[in-house]
Amino acid sequence: MTDIAATAPAHGHDHAHDDHDTPSFFVRWFMSTNHKDIGTLYLIFAIIAGIVGGVISGMMRLELAHPGVQYLTGWAQFFDAGAGEVQGKHFWNVMITAHGLIMVFFMVMPAMIGGFGNWFVPLMIGAPDMAFPRMNNVSFWLTAVAFVMLVGSMFVPGGSGLGAGTGWTVYAPLSTSGSVGPAVDMAIFSLHLAGAASILGAINFITTIFNMRAPGMTLHKMPLFVWSVLVTAFLLLLALPVLAAAITMLLTDRNFGTTFYDATGGGDPVLYQHLFWFFGHPEVYIMILPGFGIVSQIISTFSRKPVFGYLGMAYAMVAIGAVGFIVWAHHMFTVGMSVNLKMYFTAATMVIAVPTGIKIFSWIATMWGGSMSFKTPMVWALGFIFMFTVGGVTGVVLANGGVDTALHDTYYVVAHFHYVLSLGAVFSLFAGFYYWFPKMSGRMYNEFLGQLHFWIFFIGVNVLFFPQHFLGQQGMPRRYPDYPEAYAFWHLISSYGYVIMAVGVLIFFVNILYSLVAGKKAADNPWGEGATTLEWTLSSPPPFHQFNELPRIA
Amino acid sequence: MKSLKTLVIAAALSLGAVGAAHAQAPATAPVEAPVATATANPAPVAPAAATTAATPAKADAAVPAGDATYVPMKPTAGVGQPVDAGINFQPQVTPIGQQAYEFNHYILLPVITVITLLVLGLMLWAMARYRAKANPVPSKTTHNTFIEIIWTAIPVLILAVVAVPSIKLLAAQYAPPSKDALTIKVTGYQWYWGYAYPDQGIGEYVSKILPEDKAKAAGEPYHLAVDNRMVVPVGRQVKLIITGADVIHSFAVPAFWTKMDAVPGRANETTFTATKVGVYYGQCSELCGVDHGYMPIAVEVLPVDKWEAWVRSKGGNPSGETAAAPAAVAPTPAAATTEAAPAAAPAAAPAAKN
Repeated sequence: MTDIAATAPAHGHDHAHDDHDTPSFFVRWFMSTNHKDIGTLYLIFAIIAGIVGGVISGMMRLELAHPGVQYLTGWAQFFDAGAGEVQGKHFWNVMITAHGLIMVFFMVMPAMIGGFGNWFVPLMIGAPDMAFPRMNNVSFWLTAVAFVMLVGSMFVPGGSGLGAGTGWTVYAPLSTSGSVGPAVDMAIFSLHLAGAASILGAINFITTIFNMRAPGMTLHKMPLFVWSVLVTAFLLLLALPVLAAAITMLLTDRNFGTTFYDATGGGDPVLYQHLFWFFGHPEVYIMILPGFGIVSQIISTFSRKPVFGYLGMAYAMVAIGAVGFIVWAHHMFTVGMSVNLKMYFTAATMVIAVPTGIKIFSWIATMWGGSMSFKTPMVWALGFIFMFTVGGVTGVVLANGGVDTALHDTYYVVAHFHYVLSLGAVFSLFAGFYYWFPKMSGRMYNEFLGQLHFWIFFIGVNVLFFPQHFLGQQGMPRRYPDYPEAYAFWHLISSYGYVIMAVGVLIFFVNILYSLVAGKKAADNPWGEGATTLEWTLSSPPPFHQFNELPRIA
Repeated sequence: MKSLKTLVIAAALSLGAVGAAHAQAPATAPVEAPVATATANPAPVAPAAATTAATPAKADAAVPAGDATYVPMKPTAGVGQPVDAGINFQPQVTPIGQQAYEFNHYILLPVITVITLLVLGLMLWAMARYRAKANPVPSKTTHNTFIEIIWTAIPVLILAVVAVPSIKLLAAQYAPPSKDALTIKVTGYQWYWGYAYPDQGIGEYVSKILPEDKAKAAGEPYHLAVDNRMVVPVGRQVKLIITGADVIHSFAVPAFWTKMDAVPGRANETTFTATKVGVYYGQCSELCGVDHGYMPIAVEVLPVDKWEAWVRSKGGNPSGETAAAPAAVAPTPAAATTEAAPAAAPAAAPAAKN
């Protein structure tokens, strides 16, 4: 059903038209209204944020490689010459906070939704651009300002030292009475801006997908990537306002004497957690659903076979999105809930495994009977399926409220969510990047470097994160700068894993730079008959404005 | 679509399982009154008041003065603490811990391992059998309703099977404490723990991390060793009333399968029954600021007579009869968590009520 037989207009139509209206550099990149340019901006932004977030995680792995606190004070002195041991330990909390927020809000989300969503949703549905091009631009620059704001918060006082050391969850009262100084206010305001940007983006995607599909492209003919972005946009639209409300109340508690989360004034710290996770759980699906869509396109393309069970795949995503709104309190199993509530959230959480299982099995069934080739995007997609399965099944373990008692807030949880994000979402990002790089840049990436990148990264992240299950089962809590010596062995292995992974990332950058400069020219459709979506009917790179004559979908 | 229909059935099934298990679970009586020990007051003055007010115990302490033979126990390697390069859970010394460990080890772990290997196996098979060279012409199959129903229904069944012991475990964890449970009030501070035994008349004392040299000298693991442990008798149920004084902390002892957040303004309740004498360590498990990583927990489980000696050494009365703490004696029928409405919780020290 994704097999779209399109009668696309010949490229010549577009070229003649677009040569003379390409804007000047400044207008094109700083006042952009073109969905492809904005998508490119988002991708560049996400790569920069990913480098910052990745360097921070490298610093954390360096500190954790051996027991004892070796580097923190020195790093804190980089920001504040008078920093001592306390400021050093505070800096640890600043790093865990920054790593989490940057990777979630400024790397994965901008890359998936802002980057690939902007680039390929209009192309895949046969639209000339997004519905609200100017709003699209506002959305990007709000995200950029939000990032600057977050990084800036590391330079102003946040309680025991410079920066916000509250964790990415910003739990009250640590984030209210527990952190004096403007750093936490800045971090919260950064979240406001990023959230507003995402809401604008979500409105744009929903409007575009509902109103700008080419003639003949019904909802049930849309490529699964478009479906995934549609579901994601609804999750954003429904979840982010709740986050905005929750963190606005943090701000008023901090600055204007309200006591929403302060028991002494009649409030409740746990209220914040309910509100945060009502947003936070859909948020994790926001980060992974577009990845599902990307992987579906790639598996189908390189198996030269339409996606198996297309409708099941589409509605499994809808189901995951819907159920994702009613499972939030499994993040709070130890907060002191009643037994009934815990039983409900245990059962509801396990239900999510069913639509997720449908997706995994449908991907395998798509390969079944196919004619598979193992180009770089495909190996990343296959890696995604397996790693996401590992992260998924540990999620089933954590879903059990009774078992979570021991595992809550330990490294087991860290391992779980890095398997679904660092090895799930990020694998799908790399898969999508290699898949669409020829289309976006007009040049082929280097196949050897791409494969090398995959294998080194794959080994690295597994060495990095698998031992963290062991640490968690032994009892190692999260967010600790130091630990008893018994944990030293697996922490060291984990840090070695980081180094391996970092080598893989370096190869990725070498590949991009090499390919942009010296890569072979890419054909309009480098992937052959398996690539059936509309973007492959356009030139590589596509014209500045495409589909001036709408394609008709048979 | 068929798979959608099965999805709905899946949801219904799982919810049904909850209902059934709930029927077996002990009825959760409405919380009548906030547990009297609840203190919503983050002011650190409260514990001091508690200490001074525990007067009944003081007279009692003088009676068997010569019996104060308490010496802190040495921990056993590999018990109650992580081991070098360990990969599994710490050995469990509570019935709940045993039950939970067995559930994970004999049901969850095999299930997730088999599912992961199944997915891996299918992928590898497909990659070998349906690579372009081996299968140059792809099939045109796009769906197969029967197999879609199968791979929806079987996970539902597996989850339903898993849900039963899972819900039973939850019910067991939340079983109301027995009448003779030992009540300990736990308060999380930035960055140490306070323990009080209201029935024994032991006012709040503070438990802090031992510095590295002292921990090594005492033969204890640094980061886990504390100056003053929580001490409990073996085999007797312990009821913890847990609250936070400033920000949220979390009281955790991995060997007991125990973890409960210490939330300001709330009195959370959890229980454990340690069945083996020994020293068991834990660490704060909710980010609470700069020294989050430096406020460990140590619980020493002693034979009853030695525990009584410890109580006397603390100036308390082991039998708890003369110690006046009526509110804490009254068993609360509520399930393991008492959510004292923060506004209703009096901002007074426990002893002030006597």
